[in-house]
Amino acid sequence: MHQSGVDIFLRSLMEEGVDTIFGYPGAAIVDIHHQLIQAPIRHILVRHEQGAVHAADGYARASGGVGVCLVTSGPGATNTVSGIASAYADSIPIVVFTGQVPTALIGNDAFQEVDIVGITRPCTKHNYLVTRIEDLARVIKEAFHLAASGRPGPVLVDLPKNLMQSTAPHTSAAAVDIKSYQPTYHPNVKQLHKVVELIQKAQKPLILAGGGIILSKASQALNRLAHIINAPVTATLMGLGAFPADSPRWLGMIGMHGTYRANMASAACDLMIAVGVRFDDRVTGKIEGFAPHAKIVHIDIDPTSIRKNVPVTVPVVGDCRVTLNRLNRLLQEAGLFWSPDSRESWMAEIETWKQTHQMRYEQADVIKPQYVVEKLHALTDGEAVVTTEVGQNQMWAAQYYHFNQPNCFITSGGLGCMGFGLPAAIGAQLARPDRVVVDIAGDGSIQMNIQEMATAVQYDLPIKVIILNNQYLGMVRQWQELFYHKCYACTKMEHTPDFLKLAEAYGAMGLRATRPEEVVPVLKEGLSIPRTVIMEFMVEPEEKVYPMVPAGAPITEMLLV
Amino acid sequence: MAYKTEKHILSLIVENQPGVLSRIVGLFSGRGFNIESLCVAETAEADISRITLVTLGDMDIIEQIKKQLNKLINVIKVIDLTHRPFVARDMALIKVRARPENRAEILRMVDIFRARVVDVGALFYTVEVIGDLEKIRSLINLLTPMGIKEVARTGTIALPRELKKRSK
Repeated sequence: MHQSGVDIFLRSLMEEGVDTIFGYPGAAIVDIHHQLIQAPIRHILVRHEQGAVHAADGYARASGGVGVCLVTSGPGATNTVSGIASAYADSIPIVVFTGQVPTALIGNDAFQEVDIVGITRPCTKHNYLVTRIEDLARVIKEAFHLAASGRPGPVLVDLPKNLMQSTAPHTSAAAVDIKSYQPTYHPNVKQLHKVVELIQKAQKPLILAGGGIILSKASQALNRLAHIINAPVTATLMGLGAFPADSPRWLGMIGMHGTYRANMASAACDLMIAVGVRFDDRVTGKIEGFAPHAKIVHIDIDPTSIRKNVPVTVPVVGDCRVTLNRLNRLLQEAGLFWSPDSRESWMAEIETWKQTHQMRYEQADVIKPQYVVEKLHALTDGEAVVTTEVGQNQMWAAQYYHFNQPNCFITSGGLGCMGFGLPAAIGAQLARPDRVVVDIAGDGSIQMNIQEMATAVQYDLPIKVIILNNQYLGMVRQWQELFYHKCYACTKMEHTPDFLKLAEAYGAMGLRATRPEEVVPVLKEGLSIPRTVIMEFMVEPEEKVYPMVPAGAPITEMLLV
Repeated sequence: MAYKTEKHILSLIVENQPGVLSRIVGLFSGRGFNIESLCVAETAEADISRITLVTLGDMDIIEQIKKQLNKLINVIKVIDLTHRPFVARDMALIKVRARPENRAEILRMVDIFRARVVDVGALFYTVEVIGDLEKIRSLINLLTPMGIKEVARTGTIALPRELKKRSK
């Protein structure tokens, strides 16, 4: 029996359990769309291909599965690049299918032809141009396997049009066997014994959790470790939600906009157990000043993350969940346990920092953006799935929406890609129809993918877009205020659309608060409406994100309120 | 921690597929690593290629280069030959002006360097020389006064040495 390329494509996707695709048709890919509508796969028609990739990213993070995109060749493909780079930086499993001109035209500068495999080579985990229909089923199987296994990441598959139209005998793809790709899931136990030794010697242990905890579903194991060794826990931006923010062991986020106590604890600890992190410069600040007294244990599935930026005492290559479970078992088998008493002086030291400086902001007669996020947290019982744009809105979301569960904070961490939040919220809402999904946005970044409002309305997605409108590109303005002599070059948004009318124009609902006392009523009303809603909050234009560590300074040198 | 910068010869076993070389070269340029020389060809198996790559870096950089190479899906194996016995060869073709009064001298040097004249023209000899980098540089230096028209050089190729004794 012969099957067309499209048949093979659709069958392969169904075998992978794909039920949702974010896409946009075009000449080179229309053969798939033509048949897709008859398949039991939901196609979400976005308004821009960048939106498709961010939506797939949000879908992957909220569901814990793989997100899928389907776009056309040329501009359709190039529009995906920012989304792919964002997913790559944050290790998010997505598979992006791009149409390509027919194989006979490749290299001819044909209409809507680009070398998307060449363009995306440095920002994908791997990519493929399929030139033989016999390879199609295998490549798709490999693509899903690569995206989701090891350190996850985006994989791109370029599909020439003639391949979709040609036929091949029906064959099922064999199990994936890539001899050069064997991620290390199980840690070397010898290394773990060294970790146990270090834990036994440590007086001031600190756990640093990263996005790897969420990706490998290791939250419980992390919690267990923190309980056994009675250590305080901090997290990177990507790790928020990996450890419950309502735990007494929780210190808050580390890094450039981390809490005072988390940053001070990182400088004072004598053992740092870093799990699923990559020691980004926004986390470490000046490397020489980072955890200067600590022995560092670094657990990560990607060997390139280890010793890339920070010298490590005990490297452990392995999956976060498998490794932490193993470590916990070793500790338990050895009968090791640390009571609160044994950590009394260390916790007291941390408590002093907590008293010295808490995350805070001044109340005023204008709306403070932090207040909006705090109230949002209260009114959603901390149960919302929160996506963000990039900049101040993102940091206030990270600081004031205290995440207790994994897969609930969805942000473009590594790339810092403005325009991420709205499409990511669309993906997250489709993955989690049971949850309130909120995009915390600024007036600048919301405009980068505002067209996806139409997508949200078309699919009746009740996502809530919260615009913290300070009429500036706030984070850059903050840098200009603090480090560029208050010269606000090019950061004032002299004109923005009327977001309420814009919401209505898209068929959504628009609400606005201009006074502090309007914040709660607007939030309550917006959250109660089962439709796409924009809630605009006219906030203090010159509010800044604090604490702040100037770029390149040690993370203990914080500017405070 | 400061380590000294060292030359490393890396032997990469890779899948012989389109784009593999581009992935490797892109990794070096994108991450600011250094490539001194690069040689690529099929091995005895048609679907496997060997890339011999000479790079410079301190211990941390070399470790990161090896890890990043290993992370590429199409790279099967990365062997660092630097601290183990290996044989390495470079080759050059040197087109040198062969004035009648210089011809005997050129042939003498070709002989001393165990090189060969592989093309003889009215005005130029083309000399083929194989050896290590130093030997090739020396010959080029010695021939320079006579007038070198052009030079084509390969990068280094290398293989680890085998054991001299059979293990018991």
